[in-house]
Amino acid sequence: MTNWSIEELRENIKRRQIVSQIFAILGLLLIFFALFTLLALTVKMFIDGLPRLSWKFFFSFPSRKPEEAGIFAAWVGTAVVMMMTAVFAIPIGVASGIYLEEYGKKGWLAALIEVNISNLAGVPSIIYGLLALGLFVQDWNLGESILTAGLTLSLLILPVIVVATREAIRAIPNSLREAAYALGASKWQVIWDHLLPYSLGSILTGIIVALSRAIGETAPLITIGALTFIAFLPDPPFTSQFPYISFAWLKSPFTVMPIQMFNWVSRPQAAFQANAAAAGAVLVVMTLLMNGLAIYLRYRLRKGLKW
Amino acid sequence: MAKSEAVFSFTKVSASRRIRDIKEKAIEVVLFLAASVSVLTTVGIIFLLIEESVLFFQKVSFWEFITGTEWTPLFAEPSYGIWALLSGTITTSAIALVVSIPMGTIIAIYLSEFASPKLREICKPILELLAAIPTVVYGYFALLFVTPLLQKIFPELPGFNMLSAGIVMGLMIVPLVSSLSEDAMRAVPVSLREGSMAMGATKLQTAIRVVFPAAISGIIASYILAASRAVGETMIVAVAAGLQPNFTFNPLKSAATVTAYIVQVSLGDLPRGTLEYQTIFAAGLALFVMTLILNIIGYLLAKRYREIY
Repeated sequence: MTNWSIEELRENIKRRQIVSQIFAILGLLLIFFALFTLLALTVKMFIDGLPRLSWKFFFSFPSRKPEEAGIFAAWVGTAVVMMMTAVFAIPIGVASGIYLEEYGKKGWLAALIEVNISNLAGVPSIIYGLLALGLFVQDWNLGESILTAGLTLSLLILPVIVVATREAIRAIPNSLREAAYALGASKWQVIWDHLLPYSLGSILTGIIVALSRAIGETAPLITIGALTFIAFLPDPPFTSQFPYISFAWLKSPFTVMPIQMFNWVSRPQAAFQANAAAAGAVLVVMTLLMNGLAIYLRYRLRKGLKW
Repeated sequence: MAKSEAVFSFTKVSASRRIRDIKEKAIEVVLFLAASVSVLTTVGIIFLLIEESVLFFQKVSFWEFITGTEWTPLFAEPSYGIWALLSGTITTSAIALVVSIPMGTIIAIYLSEFASPKLREICKPILELLAAIPTVVYGYFALLFVTPLLQKIFPELPGFNMLSAGIVMGLMIVPLVSSLSEDAMRAVPVSLREGSMAMGATKLQTAIRVVFPAAISGIIASYILAASRAVGETMIVAVAAGLQPNFTFNPLKSAATVTAYIVQVSLGDLPRGTLEYQTIFAAGLALFVMTLILNIIGYLLAKRYREIY
């Protein structure tokens, strides 16, 4: 080592630099490979599903004949179930986040809730399905309904919304809280008038990501028994008779996009698999759009926020 | 008039103060109730899984369950050996890790040590899109794109097989590994890198011999969380690996996983109180225990790397 000539040393440095460069190229190639997978997946869905993608496909009910089958019941079901999920998950998730960040900083109870949430985030989604089957479907007798699906998916995405809320609120500097307190604001006034408005954008981003995850979830809904032949829409929320508003739709059976896709992909006929691909293409576009929106929002927020 | 508004009486202030305090307390209670929903969820999961599993183990011996290699609940003489399902879970998860750990780690090292901040800002969210695609779509992709490709290499490969399900699952998990590992590596102080470079090490040598060991607990946490994710993954294996329980570790065969079995049973009608209804809860309990152990180890390791520096 000590007796190296300057040439040998240069040779050695050069060799090590080349190895380093090769590694960098490998890293870049692997990133491209991952992106290629994403691309191949999307393109595959569109190529296989293209012959089926038409207006008729969007407004037809599932059918025994593959060329007549469509995703009307599925996308309406997805929209309604997502609404239910949002109604439950957003208030509870945001409230939990506020509690953990602003109130429950001390004490074993808050620590327990915190550990619990990070563990819940790692529980497989199908386990939530078992919980829903035992609790909502059997014990509470809610049936295989839109209400059950909404409750199940909201429990599933709750940890995502809680974590997003906490991070958003944590990012607000303490000086803002102190300024509000100094002017005599109560704790809730500080939260409602200052912390929530400032963190709204980041919380919204988290909610979008959470809902996009809920849209694609299949396993927990299959577990509650949702894989059935649905060739009708849920009951309308408005009726012609008094009291004009009906909640019967909450209890109606449903299907959603990923379940419809699973139903088709598990059939042996190739024609149904084209339907599956078309449904998959719609699903991919929906999730990519929602995630794209979230990425854009996050980017805008990071640029705009300077405390 | 101006006088009466401007000068608050002492009692008036304290009265409004008291109302405010009550309101504040009420809000805190409501927020606490919201936060406890998550605890109730965990309690509910554990309670239900154990409740139904206890009923199951009254009819089936626990020993047979955890040592048996035959899973034939529908036979005249049924047997309930969880290993017939676990072998599928272990095999598909192992393949997924073989794909995602090297790929995720190299991408993480590249993004953390080599890439410019701008490239990293662009790549990370796009990579994370991989984890956002619905898993049933991945299932389709595995069954009708990757399997036909693999059949060109292994002509005898059946249409349902664990290899293609595992590979696709691995690709899905890559962003999990790369994001968490990269976070861990970026938490390593710059001074360590500077010290290493000052000694004449290249970027790669610094990354592998200094940054990687310093971030090792966070990196291993990401591997363990990836394993937990793979074990719990359902739709990819249910679509692409088959629904037939089969005690084998051969990736070229078709076999059901624990999760796929739950899906397969749920597809039929499930009256409560039947043994079949209870089997999915027993299988679910096995799954829950496995992922819980992995998650706890991952959580502790991830916590550790934050504390060192």
